[in-house]
Amino acid sequence: MEATQKAGFKAGLAAAAEAVVAAKDVLTKADQAIGDGDHGLGMARGFRAFAEALAKQEGGDAAASLQAGGRALMMSSGGASGAIFGTFFQAAGKALPPGDLPEPAALAAAFATGLQAVRDRGKAKAGDKTMIDAAEPAIAALAAGPQDLALALTGMARAARSGMDATRDMVATTGKARALGERSLGHPDPGAMTFTLWCEALAARMG
Amino acid sequence: MVIKKAINDPENLVREIAEGVVFAAHGRVRLLEDLPVLVRTAIEPGKVGIVVGGGSGHEPMYQGLIGPGYADAVACGNMFAAPTPDVILAATHAADQGKGVLYLQANYAGDNMNYEIAAELAADDGIVTRTVRTGEDVSMAPELGRRGLAGSFFTLKLAGAICGTGADLDQAADLAQRVADNLRSLSVAFSPGSLPDTGEKTFEIAEDEIEVGMGVHGEKGVATLKMAKADPLTDLMIDKLAGDYPLAAGDRVALLVNDMGATTLMELYVVTRRAHQRLAEKGITVVDTWIGPYCTTQEMAGFSLTLLRLDAEMEALLARPAANESFLRP
Repeated sequence: MEATQKAGFKAGLAAAAEAVVAAKDVLTKADQAIGDGDHGLGMARGFRAFAEALAKQEGGDAAASLQAGGRALMMSSGGASGAIFGTFFQAAGKALPPGDLPEPAALAAAFATGLQAVRDRGKAKAGDKTMIDAAEPAIAALAAGPQDLALALTGMARAARSGMDATRDMVATTGKARALGERSLGHPDPGAMTFTLWCEALAARMG
Repeated sequence: MVIKKAINDPENLVREIAEGVVFAAHGRVRLLEDLPVLVRTAIEPGKVGIVVGGGSGHEPMYQGLIGPGYADAVACGNMFAAPTPDVILAATHAADQGKGVLYLQANYAGDNMNYEIAAELAADDGIVTRTVRTGEDVSMAPELGRRGLAGSFFTLKLAGAICGTGADLDQAADLAQRVADNLRSLSVAFSPGSLPDTGEKTFEIAEDEIEVGMGVHGEKGVATLKMAKADPLTDLMIDKLAGDYPLAAGDRVALLVNDMGATTLMELYVVTRRAHQRLAEKGITVVDTWIGPYCTTQEMAGFSLTLLRLDAEMEALLARPAANESFLRP
């Protein structure tokens, strides 16, 4: 029973990656509204590579999964989103202690490290209408959540979604959407949407 | 409605574009086996290498801008998406002649980050790089960090020219930065392009309207105007470009009239005529003019105007011979 559970996080990451791949058209539509419409394609390519890297990985170490998946994503997705999400997972994986099933607090700390790497790389901050606006409250919820990983991830996913919803009221100041200024209002940020769908699928699979 | 295009499986599109360049270059350009990187077959030894590359779908930028006096290697991204760090790194190794490598990229978040990661990886491999970003779209406030349009052509052309004189990496990068600082562009779109992978249009526009300040990826512009005749439209654009520096009487510029993909050369000549007239009225001398498709967005109709304010060194470099291996032949 314990072995099944231990393999669970890697399976959760795989399911989350597949969920983003499956959301390609939804993400494309979201990006057409404020960007150039290729976010879904890039993310589908990147998360497919993420899932393939997991399939090749021996064992189920969560840190290794995040690093291998993040590297595969970064080297296949392209664009800003590939660099951002690749950086996030790679840096999070490097920060996570070894083990198949991370503690929620350790996972939150690792994700926080990943998010800081994203801030450093992309020079964006909360409120700029990026994936940070979903990831920041999501990681905070994970850190403050229950000890049970599945429950904590559910709280994380919920916080990600409300963070994503809040991006509708934000004016883009970074990325291709920044040229639109106030015309970006009313649309959620596609990167925040990707992060949210990823969290929701991870939580659902772990639950 | 899906746009008709002479393509095969979109999955293979980036590779097939690069293969076409190789065939068209008749032995002067090769394609790496495992990654979408175009490389000159006979890079002059001891030369500073120049690597360019961004999202594909904007041909001839950058796949067609390879050759003596232009890029030594091109890192090809997927459609409209910056190349990944491993692709840029492979281009870096291929272009490096031991004197360092100059990255010339358009100012987009994706390109910035992927080139930054590639530069870190290149440093790990012992290759010194410098990066110059071109961002010259006057439809955006400078503090936003302007995005790059067709002006990247001039950054590359002049960097290619100075590298041909035996300049070192810092000299080449400083010159390229000066070029980037003296570039201004503005675009206008009449009808949208589409993403080749999906066949879907990148934006919608009314029959009688035009979009000013359109990005090269088909992002929506910053203002929608009613369609206008060529002369008032050109005047509006030239005034905005010249006013942005601002240019003064006696200044000397190079002019690029760029087709966004589906605009006729006929229209470009009409626009070129008026651009010259308007600049002359301001006492500005156009030293040389480039007309045609340089940075396109599929079948987007519209054009962009780019001015490069010249100094004596830039003007001399602009006149140096160069050869595109597959796009423009001298």
